Amino acid sequence: MNAPLTPPRRWDTQSQNRAARLGRAAAFARGRHVAAADARALLEAVLEPGDRVCLEGNNQKQADFLAKTLVSVDPARVHDLHMVQSVLALPEHIDVFERGIATKLDFSFSGPQGARLAKLVSAGRIDIGAIHTYLELFGRYFTDLTPRVSLIAAQAADAAGNLYTGPNTEDTPVIVEATAFKRGIVIAQVNEVVDTLPRIDIPADWVDFVIPAPTPAYVEPLFTRDPAQISEVQVLMAMMAIQGIYAEYGVQRLNHGIGFDTAAIELLLPTYGESLGLKGKICRHWALNPHPALIPAIEAGWVESVHSFGGELGMEAYTAARPDVFFTGPDGSMRSNRALCQAAGHYACDLFIGSTLQIDLAGNSSTATLGRIAGFGGAPNMGADARGRRHASPAWLKAGEQARAGSSRMPRGQKLVVQMVETFREHMAPAFVEQLDAWELAEQAGMPLPPVMIYGEDVTHILTEEGIANLLLCRTAGEREQAIRGVAGYTAVGLGRDRRAVENLRDRGVIRRPEDLGIDKRLASRDLLAAKSMKDLVRASGGLYDPPKRFRNW
Amino acid sequence: METLRFEYLGGTPPAVQAPTLTGVVGSGNLEVLVEAAPGSGSCVIEITTAAVGFGHIWQAVIDDFHARHGLCDLRISVNDVGATPAVVSLRLDQAIETFLGDAA
Repeated sequence: MNAPLTPPRRWDTQSQNRAARLGRAAAFARGRHVAAADARALLEAVLEPGDRVCLEGNNQKQADFLAKTLVSVDPARVHDLHMVQSVLALPEHIDVFERGIATKLDFSFSGPQGARLAKLVSAGRIDIGAIHTYLELFGRYFTDLTPRVSLIAAQAADAAGNLYTGPNTEDTPVIVEATAFKRGIVIAQVNEVVDTLPRIDIPADWVDFVIPAPTPAYVEPLFTRDPAQISEVQVLMAMMAIQGIYAEYGVQRLNHGIGFDTAAIELLLPTYGESLGLKGKICRHWALNPHPALIPAIEAGWVESVHSFGGELGMEAYTAARPDVFFTGPDGSMRSNRALCQAAGHYACDLFIGSTLQIDLAGNSSTATLGRIAGFGGAPNMGADARGRRHASPAWLKAGEQARAGSSRMPRGQKLVVQMVETFREHMAPAFVEQLDAWELAEQAGMPLPPVMIYGEDVTHILTEEGIANLLLCRTAGEREQAIRGVAGYTAVGLGRDRRAVENLRDRGVIRRPEDLGIDKRLASRDLLAAKSMKDLVRASGGLYDPPKRFRNW
Repeated sequence: METLRFEYLGGTPPAVQAPTLTGVVGSGNLEVLVEAAPGSGSCVIEITTAAVGFGHIWQAVIDDFHARHGLCDLRISVNDVGATPAVVSLRLDQAIETFLGDAA
């Protein structure tokens, strides 16, 4: 009697599959190098239907040539791809779905393409797995969403295929590590091939193919804010943030969201902050892109360290000239790293402050609006209490004490999460609403949950031109609602306040108006800005900051 | 364009002052002209605004403004180019403080 023969299980099927792909691609490559003209043929040779593909689309740096190339492949050969990428920024990121090359999507942020994405989802052309925060998506690269093929962007390659990603390193290390160490294929577009790289950011044996792109990779100057556009109301709100929150808690380590509100804070540190004697007492360590608006504070000696998610166009020479502040390589140029900076922002910062489009009566906030599926990028990660944090700092302890005063709960700290909004946005759109648009959007797009950027339970302060609501001090849902209505100005939510309850909250210091903080509103003028124009920023940098053309308005 | 008029009776008359103009006419901004109206016994605020249909919000903003300062014998003209209530309140306070401040 013979037992049926079970062939022994193979443990290297991914390696075999990888070898087959490399074999098919060999005709188009010389070593690791492939000509731009052969890029399409290379992708058609390497890709298989159903592949999980990461097309590097970051917040700033875009693998734009490889995106165009992917859109041009034959959908009869390459189809049903599952795209796993942090940002959908370029039209091509959506075109791959319109052309039937890809069908499934997992991502974090799609700001500029949010409206097209929503249309294709409702037409059944895109199946969204989930919308993540950056760290969450990166986490899934190392569990169930590992890319089979990654199409990335680097500044330069050498003959061996080593890559230099420089200031705009961003997501590249995470993408390459997940792909290369699970036997996937890594294809890089580079701006140039050089004999000697300034430094090696990605070693050649993690990279399979290098293609010199016809034009340099597109980089979006996402974090550049022209000080000329900062309003007096934003100056007033920045004064309140510095005095009522930063000084109040002694915030040393922090992250600022994107926008003019937070740019105003950065530009008030060396002026208003200095006048309050706060230098050295607040804002010493930052998880932040190299914001041009931070230059005056850095030059005035406020800032000890800045680690960055990505680079910022025009800030290369400045960051290289300030190595005590920025993280720079042995070659002198900055290196960013989105995953590590997100980890720093989540676990090592005492405060996150950012803007939003809508806040409801429980303090939940969202930038999701009808007809757009945008995602939130890193905000949900930065703007959430880090439940795993164990180290103490004065700011973290004070926030935790305020939340627990009078209760017998186990003492612990809490992250300060501040939502900073004017009560009305442009066109008189109210920032405070009874119900977030997120509910209707979830229904329209068949999402399992309303897309909330920052949950009310994580928000500690809401700051508007009318004042600061400290939600840590609220003891009931009713108090919380009145605290929010009490800073909601002349919106319907604000007008619906119980005036007596709001005055009571003000007496208890739950709500603080500018005058309660000793702020003279007449001082809220643009004269307080340490730089009032792009030219002022260039001057403050000693000529090292080189703004992109569209910001050169002099 | 929409023109709104609010009138409040009673309050403290300021010392008679030269008129003051605050703010600028530009998108999202507004200019405020404050003039003395001796003996009128009221504070009249006239608003010309580019944004139509927000009368109830102006009412609330101006009610609060009058409650804050409690002045009469005044005429205030506002030329609004779509400013938010935050900007309106700030400009009105700046305008009245400049007007009164000149007396000192």
